[in-house]
Amino acid sequence: MKIVVCVKQVPDSAAKVVVENGQVTWGDAPLVINPWDEFAVEAALVQKETHGGEVTVVSVGGESSKEALKHALAMGCGEALLISDPALAGVDSQAVARVLAAAIKKMGDVDLVFFGRQAIDGDMAVTAAQTGRALNWPALTLVSVISNLDPGAGAIRVERSTEEGRQIVEAKLPAIVSVVKDIGEPRYPSFMGIRKASRATIPTWAMADLGIGAPAAAVKWPELLNVPVREIQTEIISGDSPAEIADKLAEKILAEKVL
Amino acid sequence: MSNKIWVFIDQFKGHAHLASWEALGAGHKLAEKLGGGVTALVFGAQAKDVAAEAFQYGAAEVLYADDPTLADYRAEPYTALLVKLAKEQSPEVVLLPTTTRGRELAAMAAIDLNTGVMPDVTALDVENGRVVVTRPVYAGKLLAKAVCETNPQLVTTRIRAFPKPELNASLSGTPVAVGPAMDESAIPTKVAGYSQAAGGVSLTDAGVIVSGGRGVSNNPALTPPAGLDEKQAEVWRAQEGFKLVGELAGVLGGAMGASRAAVDAGYIPYEHQVGQTGKVVSPDLYIACGISGAIQHQAGMRSSKLIVAINKDPEAPIFRMARYGVVGDLFSIVPALSEAFRKRLGK
Ligand SMILES: Cc1cc2nc3c(=O)[nH]c(=O)nc-3n(C[C@H](O)[C@H](O)[C@H](O)COP(=O)(O)OP(=O)(O)OC[C@H]3O[C@@H](n4cnc5c(N)ncnc54)[C@H](O)[C@@H]3O)c2cc1C
Ligand SMILES: Nc1ncnc2c1ncn2[C@@H]1O[C@H](COP(=O)(O)O)[C@@H](O)[C@H]1O
Repeated sequence: MKIVVCVKQVPDSAAKVVVENGQVTWGDAPLVINPWDEFAVEAALVQKETHGGEVTVVSVGGESSKEALKHALAMGCGEALLISDPALAGVDSQAVARVLAAAIKKMGDVDLVFFGRQAIDGDMAVTAAQTGRALNWPALTLVSVISNLDPGAGAIRVERSTEEGRQIVEAKLPAIVSVVKDIGEPRYPSFMGIRKASRATIPTWAMADLGIGAPAAAVKWPELLNVPVREIQTEIISGDSPAEIADKLAEKILAEKVL
Repeated sequence: MSNKIWVFIDQFKGHAHLASWEALGAGHKLAEKLGGGVTALVFGAQAKDVAAEAFQYGAAEVLYADDPTLADYRAEPYTALLVKLAKEQSPEVVLLPTTTRGRELAAMAAIDLNTGVMPDVTALDVENGRVVVTRPVYAGKLLAKAVCETNPQLVTTRIRAFPKPELNASLSGTPVAVGPAMDESAIPTKVAGYSQAAGGVSLTDAGVIVSGGRGVSNNPALTPPAGLDEKQAEVWRAQEGFKLVGELAGVLGGAMGASRAAVDAGYIPYEHQVGQTGKVVSPDLYIACGISGAIQHQAGMRSSKLIVAINKDPEAPIFRMARYGVVGDLFSIVPALSEAFRKRLGK
């Protein structure tokens, strides 16, 4: 099986993110692999361990994204690929999806591509579906269980998390899969893995290598704003007994007319 | 002439997701600024009640596709149909609710229609005849304004961010029938069924959420049944705690949420998790019990209207976001609060 997993580098989830002079900043918080993408890497590795084959991790981003790729290598991916080009500055999700689709085509004979549920910077949660569409492959999004994968027959069966419960869907390979947390906790990088990753040289492809021009962005972001500070006066409710506190609190809540 | 503004009505087995009507309401507001009425799209099999409802929520026109291939949402036939209709009639804006289906459909249609998608927006405006959206990014730490320079402008509206219009039962109309755009034989996915009901947890559209955190296991006064090891005893204690949380949620007619620490410790299933790697919710009332208020938890509940915190530790960060707080033991406060509301709400 030839498996690809797509990862993005993002500011750590605990970062204090603010806008300064119209630019997003996160102080000295580290850039990390998108936490959802660790689940995607895990899912890819599990399938490789079951069915054999190779896992290649891919990211579209700047030079620093190599660190996110190295994290995936340390977890156990065999190869990494960075797609980086100044022409990609400011692109939107559909453009990234078209670039990923072109890269996947160029790699050739890919059976399965894993994505995270969403990237925690833009919170878009659309790239997996868009890449599938750009490739004209089935996109199985929000997958919590891969209940059957038969590379010989080219068939896959998954459970997707939807509002109404788990939808069981069958499709033919090649396919796109985006995963949610239920797919299984990501493993920690092993000591050997970290050593191997630190010595890896990661190839970089530019648009010219993909044989396409940089797709144009349709969506523009004219303005970024800090969230208006909510003026909250916290009122601590106290009293002599839990019942007294509860009565006071219930009155306060009812007076807010939110029920 | 067809309308500039389209709204996709997301339905499941003949029932519209409520957020669809919120999207329709947002569509009416845009139509006031851009002119024309709103066209609603209903795809399904035997979903004509939903089409009738769309008129009652004020749609000027309903495009209704009734076909067995559309019975269960699948990306390919739904996208193909939306794309076909959009190519024929050139709407300027298509709004969809941010359900799993709406988001995916918008994302995929954007590829075929060579346009952009702006998912999960919390506000809509019009400038120079184009839609300007506001969407939370970085887990709600920032707000971004976005515009799409090509048509149709595909937008999904965040659940509970837009008011649901009033239903007017006297409104009716005749839907325009549209046919499917794909044959079953050409559709690469099959729905084999549903394995597990969602357990009735619908956090994203709940008006009230009562959540529990790691603190719900911290009741040394409880004696677990004999024969449990330490971990099992902890989970048992936590489940006793969650009973109290669930009781308060029940009295208030709300849903039960949880922190990741509670989920990871096995106290409660993941579908209850609120936060960056759980659900993003914005109820009218959010009561946090035994939750410290880590930044990743805040990411999921920051936009709740009224936040109340019950925590033993007066320094817990959750108090900085809460309008009302109680510094105390949740095991005595939460049941007393259920009782207080039961009296007042006559339950
Ligand atoms: C990438 C990433 C993603 C994450 N995503 C999420 C997410 O989606 N959602 C989320 O919630 N967290 C998330 N977290 C975890 C988050 O950082 C915190 O660890 C977690 O929210 C803590 O949960 P808690 O408040 O229940 O536990 P704690 O921080 O341990 O707090 C327990 C609280 O209970 C109080 N308490 C104890 N006993 C009692 C009692 N008897 N009565 C009253 N109060 C009591 C304590 O004073 C304390 O404040 C994420 C972390 C990372 C790194
Ligand atoms: N620049 C990127 N490079 C590689 N993969 C990406 C990139 N952006 C998004 N992805 C993948 O798409 C998923 C969804 O991202 P998004 O649609 O941006 O929320 C992520 O979890 C990644 O798996």
